[in-house]
Amino acid sequence: MIQRSIDIGISELKAKIIGMAGYLEEAVKDSTLAWRNRSREMIDRVNQIEERVNREHVEVDAACLKLLATQQPLATDLRFILSVVKINTDIERMADQAVNIARNTEYYLKHPAFSDLNDLVSMSDRVRLSVRQAIDSFLNEDVQLARAVMEADDKVDELKDKVFHDVLAHMKKTPEDIEQGLNVILIARNLERIGDHATNIAEDVIFTVSGKDIRHTQMRKKGTEIDEK
Amino acid sequence: MPDDILSVEGLCAWFGEHQALKSIDLNVASHSVTALIGPSGCGKSTFVRCLNRLHEEVPGASASGKVLLQGKNIYDANVDPVLIRRKVGMVFQKPNPFPALSVFDNVVAGLKLAGIRRKSVLKEVAEKSLRQAALWEEVKDKLDKAGTSLSGGQQQRLCIARALAVEPPILLMDEPTSALDPISTAKIEELVVQLKKDITIIMVTHNMQQAARISDRTAFFLLGELIEFGDTSSLFTVPKEKKTEQYITGKFG
Repeated sequence: MIQRSIDIGISELKAKIIGMAGYLEEAVKDSTLAWRNRSREMIDRVNQIEERVNREHVEVDAACLKLLATQQPLATDLRFILSVVKINTDIERMADQAVNIARNTEYYLKHPAFSDLNDLVSMSDRVRLSVRQAIDSFLNEDVQLARAVMEADDKVDELKDKVFHDVLAHMKKTPEDIEQGLNVILIARNLERIGDHATNIAEDVIFTVSGKDIRHTQMRKKGTEIDEK
Repeated sequence: MPDDILSVEGLCAWFGEHQALKSIDLNVASHSVTALIGPSGCGKSTFVRCLNRLHEEVPGASASGKVLLQGKNIYDANVDPVLIRRKVGMVFQKPNPFPALSVFDNVVAGLKLAGIRRKSVLKEVAEKSLRQAALWEEVKDKLDKAGTSLSGGQQQRLCIARALAVEPPILLMDEPTSALDPISTAKIEELVVQLKKDITIIMVTHNMQQAARISDRTAFFLLGELIEFGDTSSLFTVPKEKKTEQYITGKFG
């Protein structure tokens, strides 16, 4: 087998994505611990991590641009690099959402803790798992794991709806809790957006591996066979 | 969908004992550009040379199968290969204008061979062909200069004009830009896309990006076999065959 110069570039891209994903997982974890453990230290950490993710974001785009210009990739290579461009943006946006959660937490911490956050905790656990699985599915070109991420998004949406419903009901009954209630809703909303980005990554994995663009199609539905080639 | 102007059925070709093409089936739509890709020695040049019966001019070479040009098999016993080559023009890798002839005489050489002598007709066809080949503006004041005095890119367009002068419905191009600089290459590529409205083009190329840029359909040949033939955009982004994927991503070898 010929050692292609594009392989070096692709390996470097993968390494960069692994690095970025590591920072991202830290950011999502810390943003979650910030409201779970009422920790201001975690809020500061999220902001610091996001700056690193932003720097990596620019570097990955530059590396993709260089590969496109110098290697003129085709087929799997082309699909891979195109997906990295998109996944890079998804990771950067997820880090932004983690910062949003940290910001919501700052306001949330000004008030006493909300009594029942079990669904929000479940939601954050599910979203963190989706982020990990989405990145793993990309690195291992694992279509089945990508499908699992997409299917888990329904559960995340369900939990978000439940949080919205329960917190609204609580705020109606206890208007003095409106401010922290609103921030709990915003945290849930930002977690849901992180889940959506994980789903985007899963869709890109399926495109990279199979060549099928399943976005906005029936193929997104559970149980639909995807030819992995 | 345009009709198929050319249908190749079970085409085999040999150089002596060596089989260069193995039962190729392939249809070409009118007013389309078809790119033929594959590693050196895969049979793509032999394939195009079978489409105008040039292959049989090589000592010891032979072919079997059918090549239906507008429904008629060009390998039928009563078919004159010279007439076929008038209908299926060809441009080669290196520009090959007739060295002793002027630009004008190069363009009208085919017409003169066909017995057309009227100056008004020759002038009209020369201008039309040179315009079609996007060369008129550059050579209109030096039609009497030697064809070989032009630049490499101009010489190649002169050869295209010469081929177009006899109004072939099909033009075969065997790596027509491999000896040209990027600007001349871009001009030929632009020309190919423009010519599509008048004729059908089948082009051999080693440049995958060129095939991707200008062709409607692409055929991938390997060891004398047609491995994959399909829409260019699909073949270069999501090839169906693993061998195609390996070749176009440079994993072959």
